[in-house]
Amino acid sequence: MKYLKILFNGILKENPTFVLLLGMCPTLGTTSSAINGMSMGLATMAVLIFSNFIISCIKSLVPDMVRIPSYIVVIASLVTALQMFMQAFTPEVYKTLGLFIPLIVVNCIILGRAEAFAAKNGPVESIFDGIGIGLGFTIALTLLGGIRELLGTGKLFGATLYPENYGMLLFVLAPGAFIALGYLIAVVKKVAKI
Amino acid sequence: MYGVCIALLPALLASLYFFGLGSAIVLATSVVACVFFEWAITRFILGRERLTICDGSAVLTGLLLGFNLPSNLPLWIIIIGAFVAIGVGKLTFGGLGSNPFNPALVGRVFLLISFPVQMTSWPVSGQLGYADVETAATPLAIMKTAIKSGDASVLEDLPSSFDMLVGQTGGSLGEVSAICLLLGCCFMLWRKIITWHIPVSILGTVFVLAGIFHLIEPSYANPVQVILSGGLVLGACFMATDYVTSPMTAKGQIIYGVAIGVLTVLIRDFGAYPEGMSFAILIMNGFTPLINTYVKPKRFGEVKK
Repeated sequence: MKYLKILFNGILKENPTFVLLLGMCPTLGTTSSAINGMSMGLATMAVLIFSNFIISCIKSLVPDMVRIPSYIVVIASLVTALQMFMQAFTPEVYKTLGLFIPLIVVNCIILGRAEAFAAKNGPVESIFDGIGIGLGFTIALTLLGGIRELLGTGKLFGATLYPENYGMLLFVLAPGAFIALGYLIAVVKKVAKI
Repeated sequence: MYGVCIALLPALLASLYFFGLGSAIVLATSVVACVFFEWAITRFILGRERLTICDGSAVLTGLLLGFNLPSNLPLWIIIIGAFVAIGVGKLTFGGLGSNPFNPALVGRVFLLISFPVQMTSWPVSGQLGYADVETAATPLAIMKTAIKSGDASVLEDLPSSFDMLVGQTGGSLGEVSAICLLLGCCFMLWRKIITWHIPVSILGTVFVLAGIFHLIEPSYANPVQVILSGGLVLGACFMATDYVTSPMTAKGQIIYGVAIGVLTVLIRDFGAYPEGMSFAILIMNGFTPLINTYVKPKRFGEVKK
């Protein structure tokens, strides 16, 4: 029950995109389609779960003064591993996301959860927090990517819903990301009453 | 706001004369859609009791948006434009008086970026139908070609300055007839709806800068034709002068106008788009709060040190 609460806390009450407004760079940069948003969210989630777990395990060994550099070393090693993994097994996704994969190292969601949660809680809770926050991020990015893809090109996950020349090109470009994100946050806050 | 609408009447009549049915359909759709969205959004989404459709601002936004569109634009695109202008450009920020950007221009730029093909096929004036009209390169497109190729002889395809002043040229509804727009501008100056600072500083800056470019390199068009082409007069007289989005003091307005003029010439001559007026006005709208902060009028009664 306690673990379930931590899980849902990350999806809704402390959703990193809609509520904490963390990790805006990948949110705006990689959501040009639903599938891109989802892959970015899943990649971040994988790093987040492992980094939360490792950091909560080593938290008593790390002196307070050097905790941030130590966390960064842990996160950077995980991201490097993930990068090689993606390059080997999902080269297509790796190519589209490009620079944003190594940038997960400096993603403030991961460091933020390490500081705010993993450094204060046990390993199992931290894993659940990683899954919850990661799911919240993935859902938000998939939603935003889906809206932008649908309005911009008339497709959803690559399946054509209406002819492409009715699509509004602006939503595929950078300004569309800001506009869509703003309205999405407004709608989510109104509907979920958070 | 209704004063500005009256001032737009000459240009409205000119657009009806040059584009006929197409102009009537586009303008009517745009105005009706803007008023409808203003009503629907304030009533059902914001849940306000007091309705703001009678203050004339939605009608004016609709008219200005229509003036920025080609006369053969499909109706659904116009309706999307009206929705973006009123919904995103104005009511998201809290309605009239709170919007940082000119709503009609937000709608126009949204459409220009979203539907580049439909928004840049300008019908030749003098065709009174709505669909299936002949389109041609506008004077601005000709100027762009001349600059890119560096060949001054391309500029001979430009219509004469007189034709451009009256409106015998391709373009969007409201921008073809410079003389009618200037007439409306004089009316607004006479009724003290606007002051001279913004239009004069924009037109003057563009004239001087375009003149310098023309003298150095003849493949840049001559300054008179630069001023009469595209949406420059429409933007300078009717859109840059919007009270909500322009600076308050005379000095601030001149800074604002000069900056719009410089940006317009730079975007037209070196940018990717042939027309830079709408982008220039939107950029300077963003700077308006900064100008208002630093350019303040002298307080009455303060002694000069």
